[in-house]
Amino acid sequence: MQMEKADKPASSQPWTEKYRPRTVSDVAHQTQVVDTLTKALETANLPHLLFYGPPGTGKTTTALAIARQLYGHSSASVQVIDGFPAVHTFYAPRYPCPPYKLLILDEADSMTQDAQNALRRTMETYSKVTRFCFICNYVSRIIEPLASRCAKFRFKPLHETVMGERINFICEQEHVQLSEESLATLGAVSGGDLRRAITTLQSAVRLGGPVVKRQTILDVAGQIPPEHIQQLLQACKSRSFQELQKQVDGAICNGYAAQQVMLQLQGLLLEDAEASDIQKAGALEAMAVADKDLVDGADEHLQLLHVTSLLQKHLSSSGARAA
Amino acid sequence: MLWVDKYRPSTFDNFVVHKDIADNLKKLISSGDTPHTLVYGPPGAGKKTIVMALLRQLFGPGVEKVRVESKPWTIQLPTRKLEVELTTLSSNHHLEMNPSDVGYNDRYVVQEIIKEMARSRPVEVQGQKTFKVLVLNEVDRLSREAQQSLRRTMEKYTSACRLIMVCSNISKVMEVLKTVAQNEGLNLPDGFAARLVGYAERNLRRALLGMEVCKVQQYPFTDNQQVSPADWEAYVSEIALDIMREQSPKNLYLVRGKLYELLANCIPPELIIKKLLAELLKRLDDDIKQEVVHHAAFFEHRLQEGSKAIFHLEAFIARFMCTYKTFMLSIMAD
Repeated sequence: MQMEKADKPASSQPWTEKYRPRTVSDVAHQTQVVDTLTKALETANLPHLLFYGPPGTGKTTTALAIARQLYGHSSASVQVIDGFPAVHTFYAPRYPCPPYKLLILDEADSMTQDAQNALRRTMETYSKVTRFCFICNYVSRIIEPLASRCAKFRFKPLHETVMGERINFICEQEHVQLSEESLATLGAVSGGDLRRAITTLQSAVRLGGPVVKRQTILDVAGQIPPEHIQQLLQACKSRSFQELQKQVDGAICNGYAAQQVMLQLQGLLLEDAEASDIQKAGALEAMAVADKDLVDGADEHLQLLHVTSLLQKHLSSSGARAA
Repeated sequence: MLWVDKYRPSTFDNFVVHKDIADNLKKLISSGDTPHTLVYGPPGAGKKTIVMALLRQLFGPGVEKVRVESKPWTIQLPTRKLEVELTTLSSNHHLEMNPSDVGYNDRYVVQEIIKEMARSRPVEVQGQKTFKVLVLNEVDRLSREAQQSLRRTMEKYTSACRLIMVCSNISKVMEVLKTVAQNEGLNLPDGFAARLVGYAERNLRRALLGMEVCKVQQYPFTDNQQVSPADWEAYVSEIALDIMREQSPKNLYLVRGKLYELLANCIPPELIIKKLLAELLKRLDDDIKQEVVHHAAFFEHRLQEGSKAIFHLEAFIARFMCTYKTFMLSIMAD
């Protein structure tokens, strides 16, 4: 599938596609999954599959690689069928090949309960000629009867070193210079999501040229410089409301998204040794409520001011700096 | 012509404020690559300006010949027929729309327009781009369903590119003000310029409009000339003073009339709450501020969920009166 795209100009192809692993054994970090699947592929005796795990850990890649290894690369035909989010059907054009088709259902957790129930019978009826592969982020949204018909594979978030290797490999191929510091930032920004790391890298290269600076990565990822968040937290700890208001106004005027501010503030707060557990718990609850309100479309400025003022209240309350 | 429009930079080379972003975009386009772009930032930071410059860079001066079309769309849905009227702004190369104008049906309209654009794809001529650009304004007002359905449409070209548009440097606003003043042959005293910058809240549009208004009021500028706030802002400060002075049902009734007037003049209710809160915070005791902020955030959230703004504005004011009175009484009791 990826082969046909090769004649397009290189810049128009996302690197996530360009550097997608082609065989199951190339998939990084998921050793358990890879071992089991390699064995199954040798005998071409495949159970129904259920892949779950956070985004960017290689679920779709593995599924496509299985298909490639079973049938050869030219056999893929992608169809989008109504009612299903994304369906790839793989026909069997090459002999000898396994006597079944592979049906990949991507984003299966956004299927309705009814659709999943309807699949139960279908799966059994056609199990002779079809293997199903469900891909989802949240296994809890797949109904139990479906999950029990499949072999479950959990994909772990990628470790930073594994991600670093892959990123460095891509940098080498694309002649990009990435310093150690930028690499660490990229890892921190993407939080174990390789796809996000690669997309961020590519955007950064597009914007800033082949020498990638730390600041460009932060900009492209929509991250806020840690100093600003630190200042905001300090303002929350101070007892002056005016100072707090000034910081919040500054953050909004700088165009930072309120949810991003909260996310980074939360990270900083959790690491903070000065605050007691009770204080942290109160602060987190306030953030959770504000996040819901923001999703509902409430005003960013007001919500941020609200959440930080609550934080100030919690952090300075009862005078209890847990010493 | 307003100064805001007169001195709007039309090409990337003329940018003063977001020079780095303009340069980056120029680089991006000259490499023959146009990703989906999301431009965000506070009002008056120059989002629209940079988008127009981007289009000009892509297609040449042709994009400035725009026509306003108000066209009825008839969209066939599985269960019913949907008829909406939508005003769009378009040139030969791009189409601009405010999808939030059509309310909760925005999803179908956006899909239909993309389909229509895809159908009339420009023919490949030497040196011409083979795509059109759809500019969607106020996408944050787009319903969740519409955003979901856009996702599928955009997915093939996943490379979204984000830019942060900010006007973070005050000296830049000052710089622009001075240039404009120079071009208009005005004398701009430093003290007055500083006050204008403070008034503008890092919003360039506000700064320029403010300067123009001041020029009409009094020229030559003096060093200690005041920048008068917009009418509605003065009006909101008045409301704030009113409710701080007296907390009673009678006063609530009077304030209600003022709120209605603001709403009737198309001032968005979110802005009213925000401005009101800012005014109140200036005058309140530190101990009570947190609670007032809480109520403001709470009622603004309700306002977004509900449909009648006046209820929530009034509820906020009633709540504030109650809180303030209790607070004052508790102080007196001490």
